[in-house]
Amino acid sequence: MEVKRQKLPVGAATPDLSGEDFRIRQLRARDMLRGDLEGEELEKYVEERVLTTTLEKAVNWARSNALFPATFGLACCAIEMMSIVAARVDVARFGFEAFRASPRQADLLILSGRISIKMAPVVRRIYDQMLEPKWAIAMGACSSSMGVFNNYAIVPADKFMPVDVHVPGCPPRPEALMHGILKLRKMIQEDPDMGWRAGHHAYGTEEVVPAEGQETAVNVFRQSPGSAQGA
Amino acid sequence: MPDAVGLELLAQELREADADAVLGTSYFRDKATVEVAPSSIVQTLEWLRAKGYNALMSVHGVDYYPEEPRLGVHYELLDMSSVDRLTVKLRVPLDNPHVGSVTPNWPTANHQEREVYDMFGVIFDGHPDPRRILMPEDYEGYPQRRDFPVGGEPVLFTIDESEGTAYTQ
Amino acid sequence: MSTDVTRGASDYRQMEESITMAPLERVDGGELEQELLTLNMGPHHPATHGVLRLLVTLEGEVVRDLKPIIGYVHTGIEKTAEDKNYWKAIPVVERMDYLAYYFNAYAFCGATETLLELEVPPRAQYLRIIHLELNRIMSHLVWLGTSALDIGAMSMFWYCFRDREVILDLFEQSSGQRMHTRYIQVGGVAEDIPRGFEAKLREFTAQMPSRVDQYKALLFNNEIALQRLRGVCPLAEEELLKLGVTGPLLRAAGNPWDLRKATPYCSYDHFDFKIPVGTEGDNWDRFAVRVAEIYESVKIIEQAIDGLPEGPWISDDRKVALPPRHELATSMEALIHHFKLVTEGFRVPPGEVYFPIESPRGELGCFVRSDGSSKPARVHMRDPSFVNLQATAPMTEGSYIADLIATLAMLDPVLGGIDR
Repeated sequence: MEVKRQKLPVGAATPDLSGEDFRIRQLRARDMLRGDLEGEELEKYVEERVLTTTLEKAVNWARSNALFPATFGLACCAIEMMSIVAARVDVARFGFEAFRASPRQADLLILSGRISIKMAPVVRRIYDQMLEPKWAIAMGACSSSMGVFNNYAIVPADKFMPVDVHVPGCPPRPEALMHGILKLRKMIQEDPDMGWRAGHHAYGTEEVVPAEGQETAVNVFRQSPGSAQGA
Repeated sequence: MPDAVGLELLAQELREADADAVLGTSYFRDKATVEVAPSSIVQTLEWLRAKGYNALMSVHGVDYYPEEPRLGVHYELLDMSSVDRLTVKLRVPLDNPHVGSVTPNWPTANHQEREVYDMFGVIFDGHPDPRRILMPEDYEGYPQRRDFPVGGEPVLFTIDESEGTAYTQ
Repeated sequence: MSTDVTRGASDYRQMEESITMAPLERVDGGELEQELLTLNMGPHHPATHGVLRLLVTLEGEVVRDLKPIIGYVHTGIEKTAEDKNYWKAIPVVERMDYLAYYFNAYAFCGATETLLELEVPPRAQYLRIIHLELNRIMSHLVWLGTSALDIGAMSMFWYCFRDREVILDLFEQSSGQRMHTRYIQVGGVAEDIPRGFEAKLREFTAQMPSRVDQYKALLFNNEIALQRLRGVCPLAEEELLKLGVTGPLLRAAGNPWDLRKATPYCSYDHFDFKIPVGTEGDNWDRFAVRVAEIYESVKIIEQAIDGLPEGPWISDDRKVALPPRHELATSMEALIHHFKLVTEGFRVPPGEVYFPIESPRGELGCFVRSDGSSKPARVHMRDPSFVNLQATAPMTEGSYIADLIATLAMLDPVLGGIDR
């Protein structure tokens, strides 16, 4: 968490509020509470006392420390994913123990296990149903690459959805998955964009209710990430 | 299991019951196998049930490529009271892969025959629900046949996708 | 085999009987329209054990019909195993039933050893039994934790996984991996147990019975567990046999069929243990049988570690098992054997064999067909969960959705084995 304190410019018209003695600070506090401080004085007062940081960073901090993973266990890796909820590698100390069953309430999809060709459209559907911002961790070798099985029946996750972190292992130890999640957390804090979203036009991947006259739901490619039309 | 002599006696009795059912017997590594003609499988299993083999443990398919007839189906029978196992197998050629379904008499064969159909293409006549079970419903091909390719593909990671598929060649 | 909806056992049910639909009848006296609702549960659902999809036809909340749709984690393991030689197929085959990986490996190795007519040294057999029974306990603990979670007793999950961690520590000590350890090899086990394994194992077996006592104290007298499991969804033994169900489900219905006792393999006949059997075949018996099996497995492990014989941990046949590393420096033959085994693999004489063992879910059989080369021509696992799943529909006909969830939990399906 970054805290930026801005030093008051030297020689400013505003009074130098640091190093003042206690009584004067008390009086200024009383003025503030009475609503007597106005304009620049009020701003300086607030800036000094409130942790200043950019809104983006605060939001990223909140998002990264309160990820709701979706309960999405596919195969063997799911058992190790259950292990991180268990007592030894306790994901609750980071705040991630609230596994949400509904994709609408989740923001992290941990693809734990091999994705067969029958399951791939289902995974994509669930990923689409998640609300932005959302991240995906491909846990284990099978979902990242094909893993032990390179055959007709399975699909690597990168083929049909954007993945943020790949955690290797077969299955990865719970500590390894934790490392992957913490890496994701760091990535979210620094730069949730991570560049690939722009490259993949991966904004607005939610399911869109079909418009009048249309039969099937259509995913619309939006030009800019900010608009929230039709979501 | 029935030992070699017991197996021969069983096969003899089976031949008496139905003349062209038994195509051969085999006693390998202390396990008994009877090969029967595909058309007589339903009666053979019923006859064996009367003999005491009242539990069908497994129905699975084998592809004997390149030997003909190519597709085989094995039925593992178990006699719980005398702890006996017997394998009944049959082989069908690719151009006529029809076998009578034993599901009406042995409900356990339901999913298992569907799997044999899904993986090998053996068609079970009389099966109540002849659909694919493991592969997607509209899949074409029978994966576990020996001439079906194992498949697989080079893996392309999200971060390298900008380089195009030539990256993995 | 349907459970009567109006089981008059408890007060709640009697209260429900007195509720009529009269206030909801239409003013003009018309009939209430009823229709059956087909609900799709899964493949992504918090209560199913893995990616199982159920098409449930409901009349109100009562299940009238159920169709399981599987294949969502089908990995083509059997096909992949045909592509690899016998030694390299072991890790692939292990990943089928992902909670009973030692059993998968043992079924495959047992079938291969039968084809090769290879003898497994007694120390290896005892070590195999120790790890198989540890795996059985671990599988039952995961089942217990997730089932209790399904019926609402959330804290059991943490307790069971805490004990599971101890078992996984033991696996890590003996083989280096927590899951899918590829410890069981053709001819024996991959390595001897290290120093300290026995001490840790004895610590585990000393405390495990008291831990299970604690779990029983939590759940066996719990009103909610009793009401949700006792008398719910029973299925008679004949029906189960017709459906090919084996394992704890069959034992709960009263049939003491257990392959460890019926056709002992791998020195199971050296040990003294009982088979817990239920009486009514309802969910409660399935629950109690599995919990009781944990005690018996602990007994087996104690006897095995007490009587562990000395000797090699893998077969001496150098054409099948890798020679020990120190020999590679001195013996030319060992080097050649090692090279051949690692590159091409050992050849297995042609033949077909079906090797059944008792896994935590029932009869796990491995069918291997060999055509004389170094790669198996067909590997098929008769997975118990695949066959047991067919019993879901008859069991849950006529019961509520909540009972369906509890029954699914008591069935203990592992989708990796079902879909392979």
